[in-house]
Amino acid sequence: MSLTRDDVRRIALLARIEVSDAEVERTRDQLNGILGFVEQLQAVDTTGVAPMSHAVDVVQRLREDRVTETDRHADFQRIAPETEAGLYLVPKVIE
Amino acid sequence: MSQWEVVIGLETHVQLQTQSKIFSGASTAFGAAPNAQACAVDIALPGVLPVLNREAVVCAIRFGLAVGAEIAPRSVFARKNYFYPDLPKGYQISQFEIPVVSGGGLTIQVGETEKYVHLTRAHLEEDAGKSLHEDFHGKSGIDLNRAGTPLLEIVTEPDMRSAAEAVAYAKALHALVQWIGICDGNMQEGSFRCDANVSVRRPGAPLGTRREIKNLNSFRFLQQAIEYEIKWQIETIEDGGKIQQATVLFDPDTGETRAMRSKEDAHDYRYFPDPDLLPLEIKPDWIAAVKAGLPELPAAMKARFEADYGLSAYDAGGLTATRGTAKYFEDCVAIAGKESAKPCANWVMGEVAARLNKEGLEISAAPVSPAQLAGVVKRIADNTISNKIAKDVFEALWSGEGKDADAVIEAKGLKQITDTGAIEKIIDEVLAANPKSVEEFRAGKDKAFNALVGQAMKATKGKANPQQVNELLKKKLAG
Repeated sequence: MSLTRDDVRRIALLARIEVSDAEVERTRDQLNGILGFVEQLQAVDTTGVAPMSHAVDVVQRLREDRVTETDRHADFQRIAPETEAGLYLVPKVIE
Repeated sequence: MSQWEVVIGLETHVQLQTQSKIFSGASTAFGAAPNAQACAVDIALPGVLPVLNREAVVCAIRFGLAVGAEIAPRSVFARKNYFYPDLPKGYQISQFEIPVVSGGGLTIQVGETEKYVHLTRAHLEEDAGKSLHEDFHGKSGIDLNRAGTPLLEIVTEPDMRSAAEAVAYAKALHALVQWIGICDGNMQEGSFRCDANVSVRRPGAPLGTRREIKNLNSFRFLQQAIEYEIKWQIETIEDGGKIQQATVLFDPDTGETRAMRSKEDAHDYRYFPDPDLLPLEIKPDWIAAVKAGLPELPAAMKARFEADYGLSAYDAGGLTATRGTAKYFEDCVAIAGKESAKPCANWVMGEVAARLNKEGLEISAAPVSPAQLAGVVKRIADNTISNKIAKDVFEALWSGEGKDADAVIEAKGLKQITDTGAIEKIIDEVLAANPKSVEEFRAGKDKAFNALVGQAMKATKGKANPQQVNELLKKKLAG
């Protein structure tokens, strides 16, 4: 599999990363290099091997259902660009 | 319309009844001040890590058991990537390839027909925050209190063939999740939200292109939105158009659905296993423990009511609509006796339901207890009072006059007159006072008989046994 310039632009948009026209070519080559490694991995016969979902072979520890957090929104909002009436303000998102 | 077949599948987001969020220790209580319940994990500060809430998993297991599904011994959390300001991490933690619950299904009742709706899966995930679009100087306000609230997303196979079936399924699911205690069912607060996938096709043809109606939070809107969507799709195709796959919103004001701005990019969620979370292991002994704590399920209880109490499917279905109603009924029958099951059922679904509905009360808050209602039913059964007087006794108990039926009957002197001599005496008086009615009856007017019964009942203030009055009056007039 080989990516086109348009694929690169679309992936960049989905990841919200700005990739200039000058960078598209280089990024494409790098991504294609990675996909080349993936192709090597995919060549291995994995019939009968359970998919690995995590690098560490242990299972999830669970938390008891208890409220342990207090209201710290004043602290958190001190580092927010803009807030009002307890809300974080962001550029308008309505469609 | 008849040459089209409608195909509907539902995805329902059920908010799980936990104290804290699915991956953090912040409270899930509804209605807090903005962002007061959004902790460092919920707002995705750098370096935080999610830790799974055991109770959310218990809820998923309960649900899986209740619908006869498979509980995955090992399931995996995945990141669903998209950008939106009310999703602070830039991804939603959900489950993709291996959900916690697979398969199973729900039996629904539409009119006289029963139908089994297959479930595809149910998976655990976190809710997003809320965007407030009122004008904040041309900006949007973000409240992240809801971010991280545990959800179980329940997905059906495309098994439903009409809006009525979709609503019946949604109602059955809504009742079930409350029955097993995993969701409060509050649709106004968004605890139970449906997305409907709707398509149409010629019978036997492959599935048509579907459009997904998002975020329907009432059964009425679900019905209206699907009906509109079906009509729109059929008209579009019959006019030579093609259906484009799309996400649409329902506008309750116009009753129409309309496509959201095309978000084809947003559909590329690039799922991958979340490296912050290890696989979730559910061992058989955990499932067995959860199973032991499950209440009798509505379908089983309905079957038992039919078998044990000789009730119709309709009655048994109505009584098992909620756990509260079923318990009230059984508590009542336990005192009134099995032979009075039918009258108990009638009272619970009739008078009691009507009064609760009128006053907007839950059955657990009914002013008349099951024991008090059983008292009323018993006094009807032993002929102490008539059905009509029983309604007055019930009213009196509802308004708190008297501790039980017997006390009310005694205090108000409502005991039925069953003494034949006494009733005969009253009938004689009525006949003497109404010679015209007597004559009309003898001339063949049946109505006159009813008038005489009415007079006799009136003379006893409704306390005479109506059947006895009827019989004695017939005898007198014949004689």
